[in-house]
Amino acid sequence: MERSRRKFFRDAGAATLGLGCGLPMLGTGCSSAGEGAQSDSGSTGQLAMVIDLEKCHNDEIRTACAEACRKAHNIPEIPDPDDEIEWIWDEHYEHVFEDLVHERTPHELKEAPVLVLCNHCDKPPCVRVCPTQATWKRDSDGVVMMDMHRCIGCRYCMAACPYGSRSFNWRDPRDYIEMDADGEFLTDFPTRSRGVVEKCNFCVDRIREGLIPACVEAAAGVPGGEGAMVFGDLRDPHSEVNRLLEEKNTIVRRHSLGTGPNVYYIV
Amino acid sequence: MNDRKKIYVGLAILIIAVTFPFWYGLVVTGDSTRPELFLPPDATECIEETGFMTANHMVLLKEWRDTAVREGEREYTSRSGEVIKISLTSTCISCHGRKDEFCARCHDYSNVKLTCWNCHVAPEGK
Repeated sequence: MERSRRKFFRDAGAATLGLGCGLPMLGTGCSSAGEGAQSDSGSTGQLAMVIDLEKCHNDEIRTACAEACRKAHNIPEIPDPDDEIEWIWDEHYEHVFEDLVHERTPHELKEAPVLVLCNHCDKPPCVRVCPTQATWKRDSDGVVMMDMHRCIGCRYCMAACPYGSRSFNWRDPRDYIEMDADGEFLTDFPTRSRGVVEKCNFCVDRIREGLIPACVEAAAGVPGGEGAMVFGDLRDPHSEVNRLLEEKNTIVRRHSLGTGPNVYYIV
Repeated sequence: MNDRKKIYVGLAILIIAVTFPFWYGLVVTGDSTRPELFLPPDATECIEETGFMTANHMVLLKEWRDTAVREGEREYTSRSGEVIKISLTSTCISCHGRKDEFCARCHDYSNVKLTCWNCHVAPEGK
């Protein structure tokens, strides 16, 4: 009797110890298997953009892009740079590709303007940190979406995005949105409200209707702007973006971070 | 028995305080008839029965919001089998364009805050 009691306690102790060590490992194994499955088969398409740096040195093209974007999405034009809302805008080469410049890079190249926008990353850090799943990566085409109904304005995503692609509405944007002569907004696209984060949506509203993004269309409309911006699906082997990526020397922003940006630049 | 007067005064104050919401509503806000809504002249019914819409429009709109924004599904089949485009600004507003005389009237009456139009853009006065 005495011996079997002792044996029982010993076995129980061993079992508890075994469970304690084994369970965490089992958990890690399961979650990593899940992640692998998600990144391999979760997405059935990936929209991407290829921007020709040289062609986009033309000021007219870049202005047309930003203007078209503003008009298509009722984006406010706030003069104070601390509060401004940007979906696509200009940035100096040295700030876009910090890891590609050095002390002896020519000054003109460092200062050259580059169009920047949300990269719709393969592994978007903004999506990982969002506490309400207000931002997520859409399976069907890889667009990093925003649900303004869910955004609580915590700005975690802004801290997580290494490209500064997101803007926060510090003010009521309606006071700064362009209106037509009758005092109405230029489009039906919902405006945002104070206290939410917004960014480029790859024109999902236009894609749904079979159009291409407003910036790409605007760039092509400017003389010399044909091919300055090209948009397409990476999973389609015959798409124009795939052809360009195969033929040209292209770069992405901060490749070493492993976010997998889907906006490519032809150098 | 000396406190009889005080007790009656106290009771009177209590009764006035407890019934305050009832007589205050009657005296200050006046009549409480149902708000008059602007209804589209060329339609007899919304996408579902009127009773259902009155009671459940908020549930339906929330469902529409989630299916359209999060799942990208933009078609709704009504109980009568009609397929309807899920869109606040085109489907709802195509009839209820005068939202100040439709949404706002009931919501003001029942003191329920309406936030849809803080962001969604509706053409005015159709």
